[in-house]
Amino acid sequence: MSTPVTRRKPPRVGDQPLFRRALIGIVLVLGAFLILAPLIIIGVEAFAKGWQVYRDTITHPDTRHAIMLTVLAALVAVPINTAFGVAAAWAITKFDFRGKRFLLVVIEIPFSVSPIVAGVAYLFVYGLQGIFGPVLDEYGIKILFAIPGIILASMFVTAPFVARELIPLMQAQGRDLEEAATSLGASGWRTFFSVTLPNIKWALLYGVVLCNARVMGEFGAVSVVSGNIRGQTNTLPLHIELLYHDYQAAGAFASASILALIAVFTIIAKVALERQGAGRVRRPALAANPAEKTS
Amino acid sequence: MRRNVLPGLPLSLGVTLFYVGLIVVLPLAALVFKAASLGPEDYWRIVSSSRALASYRVTVLSALGATVFNLFFGLALAWVLTRYRFPGWRIVDAMVDLPFALPTAVAGIALTALFTTNGWFGSILGDLGIKVAYTPLGIMIAMCFTSLPFIVRTVQPVLEDLDPALEEAAQSLGGSDWAIFRKVILPLLTPALLAGVSLSFARALGEFGAIIFIAGNQPMSTEITALLIFIRLEEYDYQAAAAIASVLLLTAFFMLALTNWMQSRALRYTVRS
Amino acid sequence: MKIRLDHVVKTFETFRAVKDVSLEIESGELVALLGPSGSGKTTILRMVAGLEYADQGHIYFGDQDATDIPVRDRGVGFVFQHYALFPHMTVAENIAFGMKVSKVKREKAAIDVRVLDLLRLVRLEGLGDRFPAQISGGQRQRVALARALAVDPKVLLLDEPFGALDANVRRDLRRWLREIHSELGITTLFVTHDQEEALDLADRVVILKDGQIVQQGTPEEVCRDPKTSFVMKFLGDANVLAAEVRDGKAYASGAAIEVSGMADGKAELYARPADLDWSLQGPGIPASITRVLDRADGRRVLATAETGEHLEFDVEPERLVKAGDGGFVTLRRAKVFAV
Repeated sequence: MSTPVTRRKPPRVGDQPLFRRALIGIVLVLGAFLILAPLIIIGVEAFAKGWQVYRDTITHPDTRHAIMLTVLAALVAVPINTAFGVAAAWAITKFDFRGKRFLLVVIEIPFSVSPIVAGVAYLFVYGLQGIFGPVLDEYGIKILFAIPGIILASMFVTAPFVARELIPLMQAQGRDLEEAATSLGASGWRTFFSVTLPNIKWALLYGVVLCNARVMGEFGAVSVVSGNIRGQTNTLPLHIELLYHDYQAAGAFASASILALIAVFTIIAKVALERQGAGRVRRPALAANPAEKTS
Repeated sequence: MRRNVLPGLPLSLGVTLFYVGLIVVLPLAALVFKAASLGPEDYWRIVSSSRALASYRVTVLSALGATVFNLFFGLALAWVLTRYRFPGWRIVDAMVDLPFALPTAVAGIALTALFTTNGWFGSILGDLGIKVAYTPLGIMIAMCFTSLPFIVRTVQPVLEDLDPALEEAAQSLGGSDWAIFRKVILPLLTPALLAGVSLSFARALGEFGAIIFIAGNQPMSTEITALLIFIRLEEYDYQAAAAIASVLLLTAFFMLALTNWMQSRALRYTVRS
Repeated sequence: MKIRLDHVVKTFETFRAVKDVSLEIESGELVALLGPSGSGKTTILRMVAGLEYADQGHIYFGDQDATDIPVRDRGVGFVFQHYALFPHMTVAENIAFGMKVSKVKREKAAIDVRVLDLLRLVRLEGLGDRFPAQISGGQRQRVALARALAVDPKVLLLDEPFGALDANVRRDLRRWLREIHSELGITTLFVTHDQEEALDLADRVVILKDGQIVQQGTPEEVCRDPKTSFVMKFLGDANVLAAEVRDGKAYASGAAIEVSGMADGKAELYARPADLDWSLQGPGIPASITRVLDRADGRRVLATAETGEHLEFDVEPERLVKAGDGGFVTLRRAKVFAV
């Protein structure tokens, strides 16, 4: 044989070695500055005053209370949100009804609305100058500047999280399996738990993980409705702000390190779930392709 | 329309409508109602006050700057992550989501620490005469951080699914890399880029947590609109807060409509006649 | 342009797609690469185009060694299996693409004239402003061809050109491609898994199996004289009977046929349905009819030999046969291959 064995692929667009190396280099450097550096400095600043200060901050009653409150908000908001997401996905993907596209748009609205606007909007529902405020006040029910307000605001900002993971996937999977199951006599719940759920479990978990991260980290909306009362209505992100403005930078970064750790775990969980196929089918529901929307 | 054979429509649609109604529609309607109750003259006076106008200016300009930066950086990042394999690309790919996962307040104090005059980057930039923290540039950087993943994550799947045969066809017709990128790849990415850009821009307009720490928050120069709303609330000026918040809300709706329109225009060639 | 492949090898990961293939295609010839999926035919085509590089061996265009020339400089026109039309460009823009990005600058007016000429050639006048999504599959196929021809390629390469089309459209386009080829005289190589398409269209058919050429020749040569049982089976329906060769004759289920020059031993006898006939008297293979299939162009009979083998053959439509009839299957001609 004349030539030695070589394994070469013809170059694709952008495969010239020089261009390729330069682009990777630029992207990595910018990424390190913009994304990696903030993560690193949280750790550095948190321990800037030593391990003792870090431990004192983390174990301070106010911090512990903020952690508890954050966890509580997540424990309430995430399951309710998940139930809504599943219901919305079931209604939208398994049935045809008028106004479906409109409903999809409405579900996604919280993505485009500033969290501050969301917080203000809740003031005008449950606040004293809002629709229900005076009535609630009469009966001594406190929603704003209390835990329910924090949970409601968190539910607003995360409303689309679970639904938008499920809808594209369930749309792609169609209705055949469920129709087969019901035609064989399975009840609706049975069909959902034994046919639908196994096919969407990873995507569901994916949505839950992202939803949880956002609930625990929400700042803008919560800071409007919480009243920011130390030791009472302070979630962890609000606690960070308080410490920061009290010139307790090390304490603020120590608290921030907890949330940063949750963020890192969220990303790890996300990657693990993506390996199971979650997050793969994306948004055909809204990526308006008129050609497919003729039915 | 075919008959529905599956059960659960009343329950699932009922739950959905109740939740969306209570959690999303009711508060926004209350906000619009409150703003509308002001009367046109008062409303106009508040939303066009010089302090409000200055806040729109700094918010919109910073958001534009951040979006343009993210358009290029996000596209480059998406390209590198789909086209090239290098040690650690999986970690880089995962890290792109950090701005989504990291709470905005945490990002805010971290960026501030980096860019203050004695911070890692701030001290170097300060020597070059560039001040970032407490300037509009700082606002822009915070916006860049929080909205970067939108562009990467909308472009990346489209780039991955691009039929390699299109590129091969263009190559076999003699196109240079640049010509193929400009005339074939870029137009096919345009709908995704538009979607990413408008999501990124909308997010930047509404961002609060990441910005207030780094912005300096000086009225007329580094005060973003979201913060102005917050300040009006703290002053118990609820009507002004409602009015300015309604401006942000309407902008968000406008962006949403614009995105849909641009996307359907960009995809008009897929419509069968 | 004459093309020559010299001991070409291509391996993907651990899979040897093409094993030591040498092949010559004369200038102006229309050649089909025919084989089942996984036979390496598309890989060969892509190597000729420069869309894959050979691991070993050389590819010559005329006297020039083209092995390492990238696709954009190789001067080939490639028609992709699913056409790969640019969806965001109109038909005219698709066709003009190659001329617009060419290193040789052309006047816009000259490009427009050429696009109109090509649209006429592929019979798509008036459709220049449509987008690919707005025309039919057969029309897309023709746009893809016009686009490939627009750059005046030295060689035209087509990957399963009619694979995605309806049978009717396919037959029309086949005839039409043959016409275009005789009009332009361009060296053309195409890949197909459809033996009818290859035989209808090509001057020469190259049959591939497992990355190797098993036989090549004109349609007549490969049809009349298949060298292996694989070629025999791949080119069309065939009955297979276990046979035994003794003294220059093959015996199978009671029938016998001359096979001069074959060594004694076990063999297989292959016969096309048209090579068998039905008769009520021997000699022949005693059999009974199990089913009669009526078709537009004749009558197909399914029968079972006494030895248990299933046979299929064609009779004239007027012939009176029905399920349950007994008789003899006679051999008009057959091919015998040693096993």
